[in-house]
Amino acid sequence: MYPFKRYVEIGRVALVNYGKDYGKLVVIVDVVDQNRALVDAPDMVRSQMNFKRLTLTDIKIDINRVPKKKTLIDPMEKACVKNKWENSSWGRKLIVQKRQASLNDFGRFKLMLAKIKKAGMVRQELAKLKKEIAA
Amino acid sequence: MAAKRKIPIKTRNPDLIRGVGKYSRSKMYHKRGLWAIKAKNGGVFPRHDPQAKTPAVAEKPPKFYPADNVKKPLLNKRKPKPTKLRASITPGTVLILLAGRFMGKRVVFLKQLTSGLLLVTGPFKINGVPLRRVNQSYAIATSTKIDISEVNVDKFDDKYFTKEVVKKKKKNEGEFFEAEKEDKRKLPEDKKEDQKVVDASLLKSIENVPDLKAYLAARFSLKSGMKPHELVF
Repeated sequence: MYPFKRYVEIGRVALVNYGKDYGKLVVIVDVVDQNRALVDAPDMVRSQMNFKRLTLTDIKIDINRVPKKKTLIDPMEKACVKNKWENSSWGRKLIVQKRQASLNDFGRFKLMLAKIKKAGMVRQELAKLKKEIAA
Repeated sequence: MAAKRKIPIKTRNPDLIRGVGKYSRSKMYHKRGLWAIKAKNGGVFPRHDPQAKTPAVAEKPPKFYPADNVKKPLLNKRKPKPTKLRASITPGTVLILLAGRFMGKRVVFLKQLTSGLLLVTGPFKINGVPLRRVNQSYAIATSTKIDISEVNVDKFDDKYFTKEVVKKKKKNEGEFFEAEKEDKRKLPEDKKEDQKVVDASLLKSIENVPDLKAYLAARFSLKSGMKPHELVF
């Protein structure tokens, strides 16, 4: 239908994909010009960022242009931005990625065993279903 | 010359300014008691004649003069420092061997020997690695630790691992043509016993942790997508 679904607007939550704040969730608080936005988060100093450093998410909160820090944090809490993010499939994937990257060698071995076990169980069930269909 | 004193004496002539003493020459003569020394010696300053020198031993001319001047190497008194053990390697750590016959094997670290090498065991039953010495540089230390308090490794040192010296028999002609009768050097029974004793206590601690036995039995290898500089060991 329409080519774009996520728009740059005041209150749009974005993920930083490059630079010092890599991986942080930030809120677009104002637009500086065609390329840059003023961006803020509860745990960082409000700063400008190029749009190329941001990836827009589906989450949007209701704020006015350039709110004070406190007036920013309250709607964020109300909209449970953090919860929404951690329950979204994108957010869950990032959490799993981080956890897997921090696994030690023994952890990776156990993960491999678990994957093999799970695949074995899936294959067994599939074989059962195939047998039923054939019968 | 007069004998050197063991303790340097303080001067009796303090400096007023650098280069100017408080007392004049005549005052210092009195202060130092040179008059008393002279009086003791009958009006003259005591004189010590040089002692008769013992005749120097005649040097024998050397038997051999080398054709060219051979340079002597410089004296080197440096002693190598004891090898520093990496902080990540503690007794009971699982190490990954990086080179040699057991490349990729995961192995338990027991202790560091005086030569700096690490004493390591498979355990033998799990992955075939015996009690062995391994260089620190060829091992990756993982963060997995095993409880090693039950194991007694005091009897193992570098001498335990030296090769046995086999006396070479002089071969006569007849023996040259005989088939090689040298049997393979077998591992002495007491070393096998040592291995069993060390492994017995280790195996108990290993079996307490689920999957650890299979982990030690498997070899490590880099798979597709694994970046060694990003891996956490």
